[in-house]
Amino acid sequence: MGWFKRSPWVLHYNATSCNGCDIELIASLTPLYDLERFGIMSTGNPKHADILAVTGSVNEKSRQVLQNLYDQMPNPKVIVAVGICATSGCVFQDCYNVLGGVDKVLPVDVYVPGCAARPEAIIDGVIKACDILEEKYAQRKKTGRWP
Amino acid sequence: MNGIYELIRSLSIIERMLAFVLLAPLAGGLLAGIDRKVSARLQGRYGPPVMQPFYDVFKLLRKERIIVNKFQDFPIVLFLLFTMFSGALFFAGADLLLIIFSLALAGTFFVLGGYCVASPYSHLGAEREIIQMVAYEPMVILMAVGMYQVTGSFRVGTIAQHHAPLILFLPGVFAGFLFILTIKFRKSPFDLSMSHHAHQEIVSGITTEFVGPALALIEIAHWYETVLLLGMIYLFFAFTPWLALVMAMATFLFEIFIDMNYARFKWQLTFLSAWLFTAVAGVSNIIVLSLMR
Repeated sequence: MGWFKRSPWVLHYNATSCNGCDIELIASLTPLYDLERFGIMSTGNPKHADILAVTGSVNEKSRQVLQNLYDQMPNPKVIVAVGICATSGCVFQDCYNVLGGVDKVLPVDVYVPGCAARPEAIIDGVIKACDILEEKYAQRKKTGRWP
Repeated sequence: MNGIYELIRSLSIIERMLAFVLLAPLAGGLLAGIDRKVSARLQGRYGPPVMQPFYDVFKLLRKERIIVNKFQDFPIVLFLLFTMFSGALFFAGADLLLIIFSLALAGTFFVLGGYCVASPYSHLGAEREIIQMVAYEPMVILMAVGMYQVTGSFRVGTIAQHHAPLILFLPGVFAGFLFILTIKFRKSPFDLSMSHHAHQEIVSGITTEFVGPALALIEIAHWYETVLLLGMIYLFFAFTPWLALVMAMATFLFEIFIDMNYARFKWQLTFLSAWLFTAVAGVSNIIVLSLMR
């Protein structure tokens, strides 16, 4: 029936974001956009989360935290890179302390570009992530192993 | 209007308990959905579909199971079983004291589940849950005492068929019960242990380390508990069944309203206010009742 699609819970992590994308992510929970109408909840707990939304590029310090959060999430799980920094590192990619986008560390499923990413784009990205959740669950059913 | 009682009386005890076990999660889940929808509307949002709690539970049951301690999920299963047990006893018309204590036992298992894991957030949540239990338990017992004073019986079946409305004798006890119901429903001023609405403070409190299926069981237990507690509200008005149903629903909406209007209390204030209210509303009511006889 597609239950993952109906109730994805999002964990938000700020890798090294300037707070621009964070504000937009929080804005999509406000009455104007109201993510909860899709059953999407923002949770602060990786163990309850289905989708990891990362903002900002990744550096050496946030890499460990990011890896730790990802490992604690139960399968199926999806990573959404929110904003151009999380997507590629953007103008910071040549900085000596920046590793680059989130995909340098973890397997990213959905990229949401923009500086800052608009709430509409973030919602669109999360809805795309829901379908990937379903795919991963279907794969698990077929092969007996989590992808 | 006594059709409800005749219908219930025509069933055997086992049938009544089975009916509760099967129907209560449907009603409880629907109530949780209405709760989320009404809450969203009060905040000016559109809100999730009314069936959302069911979607959440079905999803959680399909998630991967991660445990950090072998015994972690065991107390949660017991929590669900004892909540179901106390609710089934209530709707079978059994002893109110037994129901109250088995519900307290269910709560104890929940706390044990919180202590089972090493997470400091979980421990903090479990400690707060205990404080909440200490805060609300006296009023729950006083409710049983008050009902006994009026009807002369602890049996739910007898109390429900008392020849006069209980609310006329127990307005203070009802007010006190309404107060602690906010704690039991985990609504905002007293939402300390699970922190539904303040994830960032102690992550998810007592439920922090429960993943997928275990979290689904906690949610289902909460549905059972909601129906049981609304059943207790029903007892106060059981003289006129339609009024009782309306009042149970009104109480639920009132709790949502309180939830939306209050910031959270600290545990000290929760504890003090609950006991103060119990003393002022509950105990005084009981004393007046005993003087009247």
